[in-house]
Amino acid sequence: MSARKTPLVEMRNISIAFGGIKAVENVSVDLFPGEVVGLLGHNGAGKSTLIKILSGAYPADAGEIAINGQTVAIRTPRDAKANGIETIYQTLALADNIDAAANIYLGREKLTSWGTLDDASMEAETRKAMARLNPHFRRFKEPVSALSGGQRQTVAIARAIHFNARVLIMDEPTAALGPAETAQVGELIKQLKADGIGIFLISHDLHDVFDLADRIVVMKNGRVVGTAAVSDVSQDDVLGMIIGGKCPPGAIPGPGAAGPSAEPTMTPPPTEAHRTLQP
Amino acid sequence: MDIFRKFEIDPRLVGMLAALAVIWTGFHLLSGGSFLTPRNLWNLSVQTSAIAVMACGMVLIIVTRNIDLSVGSVLGVVGMLVGVIQARWLPELIGLEHPLTWLISALAAMALGGLIGLFHGALIAYLVIPSFIVTLGGLLVWRGAAWWVTTGQTVAPMDGRFRSLGGSVEGAIGATASWALGAVAIFAIITGMLMARRRKLSFGFTVRPPAIEAIVIGVIVATVIGVVMLFNAYPLPATIARRLAEAQGTPWPEGGLFISHGFAVPMIIALVTGIVMSFVARRTTFGRYVFAIGGNPEAAQLSGVNTRRVLMQVYGVMGVLTGLAACITTARLNAATNSAGSLDELYVIAAAVIGGTSLSGGVGTIVGAMLGALIMQSLQSGMVLLGVDTPLQNIVVGVVLVVAVWLDTLYRKRLK
Repeated sequence: MSARKTPLVEMRNISIAFGGIKAVENVSVDLFPGEVVGLLGHNGAGKSTLIKILSGAYPADAGEIAINGQTVAIRTPRDAKANGIETIYQTLALADNIDAAANIYLGREKLTSWGTLDDASMEAETRKAMARLNPHFRRFKEPVSALSGGQRQTVAIARAIHFNARVLIMDEPTAALGPAETAQVGELIKQLKADGIGIFLISHDLHDVFDLADRIVVMKNGRVVGTAAVSDVSQDDVLGMIIGGKCPPGAIPGPGAAGPSAEPTMTPPPTEAHRTLQP
Repeated sequence: MDIFRKFEIDPRLVGMLAALAVIWTGFHLLSGGSFLTPRNLWNLSVQTSAIAVMACGMVLIIVTRNIDLSVGSVLGVVGMLVGVIQARWLPELIGLEHPLTWLISALAAMALGGLIGLFHGALIAYLVIPSFIVTLGGLLVWRGAAWWVTTGQTVAPMDGRFRSLGGSVEGAIGATASWALGAVAIFAIITGMLMARRRKLSFGFTVRPPAIEAIVIGVIVATVIGVVMLFNAYPLPATIARRLAEAQGTPWPEGGLFISHGFAVPMIIALVTGIVMSFVARRTTFGRYVFAIGGNPEAAQLSGVNTRRVLMQVYGVMGVLTGLAACITTARLNAATNSAGSLDELYVIAAAVIGGTSLSGGVGTIVGAMLGALIMQSLQSGMVLLGVDTPLQNIVVGVVLVVAVWLDTLYRKRLK
């Protein structure tokens, strides 16, 4: 990875707090065109919050975001989409009561010259988009609630890649999928990568991440433990980063890395307190 | 089920029409043949219209997972204001029985209703107060406000042209105009269906077989013609017919003169409202957003939909329609009273729910809600015709509401 190119996305010193709890604290990550960056960490490590800031769901309290070197303001999902950032959420974020085409075009509907919804044209486009991802898909007229988990996932993916995304955020894209469909998503990621799209991949499956990602960023308690190219670290190293916050030699440590200075917090509570509790 | 799906006919709609047919024939037989008469059905159409107009708005509100308990009270206060405007202010400003009085009054009613609705919507969407509470407050506040407008005095009579908005003899458009309206409706329906068909074909989608399409069009055309003939078969009372004839200089014949009622203006208002609102719900981005919010509010927001603004607008639409219903009610009573619209919120919600609107949000149709309003009103008028006591009427309507929703739940379960 040539680090001297301009990053596609650069998030600098991002912080956000909810009611005094710092969900994301001083986090900086970047993403280059055609690169897959795996975001790893426990539940509650701040990965989902971080990407929700990038996708416009939460406005950050501090820090800035640059796209192709230019600082942009992302306060709403609309801002993110205007900058070519598309997201596949873990929950899929589909409106269950409307059909695939309506979901894919939600918020950017095609209109007829009369200003009314052009459902026929949206359905035709949807048929083309879905044919590429899942040739067997036929249920265009039915509400999304009638579809299987894999089909719903395909709709969410189609929505993200249909509008010429430059940056794709995938939050647990394979969580609801069987082995065959998971492999299919893997193929898709490789294909999108080849098209020069940058991808943030959030996954619990270390194996998947090592397969698909070029670099990994590990988060713990809202801070970055470290960043590493997948070729420089082992899966065990990464587990150590996720669980213990320990940064291995092959990785660049972040502000959240456990160093010697972190040790004093491990001291036991004063024995005075113990004694007062005794009868 | 498969046949319905194949020919794109909504099975729930068919079920509701069947229920309506059962109710109508039942009352017809029980009342010794006085329910299915032009006169009774004409009155039924007039009585249903105010609730049907408001039910169109209530569908959208319930679809977004909210509720509006205030429509009856808002109708009351807007009705009072519209009475004061046309009976006290406008006569001084532009003179009594001015040709524009009715229009100014009606526009003022819709504007006032719309403002009240937007205010409710803003509290719900931007201050995030539950809609149940905001509109429960509205139920009390606006009923009180209706009293304050004239400190309880009834305002009457209304402007002559305005009265036609409420039906009665002034609001009957006559045979010729009814036929013209029917012809326009038939032309619009056939053109619309053929255009939709051609559009689908141009994208290579499946359409109904031509024979089925022809049958569907045939049924619709026959229905429109039948309705026109039905309302034209209801003559004006002899005294009024005579006055009309004399005004036109026609001599009054020995056996009397048959002058048709034709469509009632409030019924036309309700039908046009239903068509416009169906269009809004199905063919505009606003309607699409309303349904998306009902299906998954978070998804709608993440897709870039301004969910708060849409929610506020939905209440604005409800307010405008309540203002329109206030005109119909005030005109029909020929008076503005502060108790107008009492309990209407419950009938409107019941109409929407009987019409297949799901209280858990995301599902509902305008046509269904209007049919729901017709079913509710048919039950009530039928029982009045049979001389059933008011308390028992309420019991029956209440039971029907619960049973209808139960049946709908069973149907939905079977779909899954």
